[in-house]
Amino acid sequence: MTPAEWSAVRLTAELAAVTTLLLLCVGTPIAWWLARTRSSFKPVLSAVVALPIVLPPTVLGFYLLLLMGPQGPVGHLTTALGLGRLPFTFGGLVVASVLYSMPFVVQPLQQAFEAIDERMLEAAATLRAGRWDRFASVALPLARPGFLTATVLGFAHTVGEFGVVLMIGGNIPDKTRVLSVAIYDHVEAHELADAHRLAAGMVLFALMVLVSLYLLNRPARERELAA
Amino acid sequence: MFVRLFQAIAFALATSAAAAGEVQVAVAANFAAPMTRIAEDFTAATGHTVKLSAGSTGKFYSQIVSGAPFEVLLAADDETPTRLVKEGHAVASSQFTYAVGRLALWSATPGLVDNKGAVLASGKFKHLAIANPKLAPYGVAAYEALKSLGLEGAVAPKVVLGESIAQTYQFVATGNAELGFVAVSQVTVPGKPATGSWWLVPPHLYTPIRQDAVLLKAGENNPASQALLLYLKRPQVRQLIASFGYS
Repeated sequence: MTPAEWSAVRLTAELAAVTTLLLLCVGTPIAWWLARTRSSFKPVLSAVVALPIVLPPTVLGFYLLLLMGPQGPVGHLTTALGLGRLPFTFGGLVVASVLYSMPFVVQPLQQAFEAIDERMLEAAATLRAGRWDRFASVALPLARPGFLTATVLGFAHTVGEFGVVLMIGGNIPDKTRVLSVAIYDHVEAHELADAHRLAAGMVLFALMVLVSLYLLNRPARERELAA
Repeated sequence: MFVRLFQAIAFALATSAAAAGEVQVAVAANFAAPMTRIAEDFTAATGHTVKLSAGSTGKFYSQIVSGAPFEVLLAADDETPTRLVKEGHAVASSQFTYAVGRLALWSATPGLVDNKGAVLASGKFKHLAIANPKLAPYGVAAYEALKSLGLEGAVAPKVVLGESIAQTYQFVATGNAELGFVAVSQVTVPGKPATGSWWLVPPHLYTPIRQDAVLLKAGENNPASQALLLYLKRPQVRQLIASFGYS
């Protein structure tokens, strides 16, 4: 591994970690609302959250480039706030990744919240537990497997992100050249040995992540079956 | 019954293919716009249809070596076709220079780029877009020009790389990069006024971008691909190419 490649690995891990943390903060209330609501707005929000699964990442990247650019509304906003503009920055990649990995965090959380028995929360309410208390002491512990899945999938999906980064990243070493882009560079330049080294590492990483996720989640599922 | 039907269809297809063929062309991003025009004229003149794929030359090299079905390559340099010939992926006698590319420093903002390129030294910009020199000959030329001007180190922190000259153009067109090195053919489209501001980089600052066309092994026995290469040498086509800002 060359220093440049290590830098791509570090950058990728940082991007995935920051994105996952932000998504857990943003995604939990969204997932909770989606799981509990009977509002007619629910299908619309569900669809918006799920969009990145079906849209090509280049579509997302293209619109982000326009929105975040000097003529775009987001670009105007970030400039007015003194943040400068987002494309070609690490911050821009974070914003894009949060949107792109949203369904992979929100959906497992939503399923976990939906699986919680309503009577548990009612029992807590009769014991005078307030709304926050019910959420923190009952819902959160019960939804733990969901949080684990959401964290792992959100992280892994961001590590594997490519199209969006290619569109708005500008391929800057140490700032926006993540692993997937570094691999693409090697392949396109026909540097196959380098490409193989990084790509094989990615495959191993993805396999390890998924295997450990299924191992960790298995007891929880077996518990459910036994109940 | 079915066999006969199948034979009839096969025969129909075979005869139509002989009359009007199809050619799969890989074209360097800088030449995509002129080639679209040329392809229309070529179809009108010969009946052959052209299937165009635009991208970076380095990427096409990689794909052709891996067995991509392209029959003709219109590269952004002369090295890639030469290399393909040497490695047995292209027909040696078919290689010729169809255009000489010129480099421009372009901004979507009017008045930002002066006619001496002094803006580069002024540092009054946040991002300078360049095509990835590993993949795109125009990127190599851009870095040569920067080196000649002695500005390579100064602008390095501001460089953003496009994966081809097309993406580089997009970065500048959307205003996300204030400046960028693009092909003159991208800013001077015949019948369209040039937008923004630009500097025609003096040719002595970089190695001339000789763009070669070559017949690939996949298209060796296709009359349509041979016809297209001949067509590109016609005087009126060469004039059209020049009108797009090639020398």
